[in-house]
Amino acid sequence: MTRRSHWLIGGAAAVVLLGAPGLLRGYGVYLLGYWLVFVVATMGLNLTVGYAGQVSLGHAAFLGVGAYSVAIAMKAGCSFWLGLPVAAALCFVLGLGLGFPALRVQSIYLAFATLGFNVAMWLVMRNEEWLTGGTSGINDVGRPAVLGWSLSGSLAYYYFELAVAAVLGALLWRLLRSPWGKAFTALRDNPIRAESLGIDVQAYTLLAFAIGAAYAGVAGALFAGLVQFVEPTPFSLGASFLMYLMVVVGGAGSFFGPAVGAAVGVLLPEWLRFAQGWYLVAFGACVVLLVRWLPGGLLGIPDRVRARRARAAAATRGRP
Amino acid sequence: MADFLQLLVSGLATGSIYALAGLGFTLLWQASGTLNFAQGEFVMLPAFGILALSGLGLPLPVAFAVTCAVAVVVLGWGFKRGIADPLLRSGHMPVVVATLGLSIALRNAVRAGYSAEAHPFPSVFGDDLFHIAGVVVTRIDLGTLAAALVLVLGTQAFLARTVTGRAMQAVAQDPDSAVVVGIDVPRMILYAFAVNAVLACAAALLVTPTYLAKFDMGESLGTKAFFAAVIGGFNNARGTLLGGIVVGVCENLAAAYVSASYKDAVALALFLFVLLVRPQGLLGKPVERRV
Repeated sequence: MTRRSHWLIGGAAAVVLLGAPGLLRGYGVYLLGYWLVFVVATMGLNLTVGYAGQVSLGHAAFLGVGAYSVAIAMKAGCSFWLGLPVAAALCFVLGLGLGFPALRVQSIYLAFATLGFNVAMWLVMRNEEWLTGGTSGINDVGRPAVLGWSLSGSLAYYYFELAVAAVLGALLWRLLRSPWGKAFTALRDNPIRAESLGIDVQAYTLLAFAIGAAYAGVAGALFAGLVQFVEPTPFSLGASFLMYLMVVVGGAGSFFGPAVGAAVGVLLPEWLRFAQGWYLVAFGACVVLLVRWLPGGLLGIPDRVRARRARAAAATRGRP
Repeated sequence: MADFLQLLVSGLATGSIYALAGLGFTLLWQASGTLNFAQGEFVMLPAFGILALSGLGLPLPVAFAVTCAVAVVVLGWGFKRGIADPLLRSGHMPVVVATLGLSIALRNAVRAGYSAEAHPFPSVFGDDLFHIAGVVVTRIDLGTLAAALVLVLGTQAFLARTVTGRAMQAVAQDPDSAVVVGIDVPRMILYAFAVNAVLACAAALLVTPTYLAKFDMGESLGTKAFFAAVIGGFNNARGTLLGGIVVGVCENLAAAYVSASYKDAVALALFLFVLLVRPQGLLGKPVERRV
């Protein structure tokens, strides 16, 4: 894509994201906020899946750890601003602890480890009533204030989420363009060659996974403030599968893929309410078709169109 | 002691079913590098198939046979042709993604199109109780254990002793050399898919009387099957049997003596422990990385 079209699309997106909530009613703003939670979470997952090339099937558990950390901290009378870093740090440490044994063997073992981790965390959320409130969850989670400016209104909270997403997006952008980020991509494309160039494959993969988990932790903190009610259902294994597929649908390893994938996973079902249970059937079936015919995800479409045009142009030029 | 033995027997029965589902998973991985994350749904679908057919008035064995035949075509040949073959060309990951999508689609199709309720399922064995040396054992447990053992060991024997089975193993170990010695590699891979489909049907027949037929029954079953396979040694079919039984028994004992609510986390704990102590799995051989 040319530089100019990048700026145009970016500018249009910024205008929509900043302006649209003003035109929407309460529920619309809430949905956009919900979408932003998943954008942040899948941004982290994209680092693990798209850039480090791992299969992680427990991202919803990290989202849950983040949400519960904030909810529990705020119920104990602590500030949101304490809960947020705790959520991120806790997820980062859990990610290291889980990824270390799994990544020692084969990278695919991370898929099994994260899958089991999700089941285990879900059991903790459901059973440890003294801590998590069990199935009835934690009610009335408060929203924070920034410099004395309360974020309890839905519009204010939306802009807060947008700011957090923008900051985390910028951080990720910087990370991917640093020598560090290059190492991530190198080890996804060819782990053995990357290793021979002196990249410690295990350490980098582990780090990518743990940073991805920390992003989910922050997303979980945002989730707790947005929904103001935390219970185990949104953090089930099925939710993790969906999040993994969101990343793939948007385009694993493409920077804006998560925004598109999260829209397909979160916003689209709202418009297609009439389809009810069949939406997920169609979604699953589309994923199968997508990996078969469009391996680059939805954001891979422009590249394919361009490649086809270039081929067509080359063919006409080649003709006498 | 009597309690312990009782828990042991029912754990063995559950574990042998995990092994059954896990064995198909291992076979697919060995034969073609397919990681089937819809394995649980491959058990759930036949369960509903058998249920629907016996609802039409067919006796259970006939319903089972028909379901097996359909499964070999749809979950065996169809799955291989439609998903595994075209995607494996670009590595393992696309297959993982596609089977995850497939699992979501199948699960929700049954939920939206058939029923979201749990349906009782007839047992082949009846539910009488036995008293053996003071231990109460249900006929379902004993029958399930025996049937699953026969199936797993039968598959073992087929792989180890028949010409076809040995050819399948040769393909699993080294497809290129298998071609050189004249083995029809695509056919052997197709057999692996067909065997997986039949094993899934058998697992459905054995497990559903206890689990009940429900659209999401595949989730926990599939998870346990993966862990059975990985704990036992991913590249070893005998290991899967051991892995399944270890998971089933430990789960049952932990539920009784430690905490019933954390039963489903036992498999993960065992898995992480095995990874730290013996990364290749209990009976597996270490895999060398090829450049």
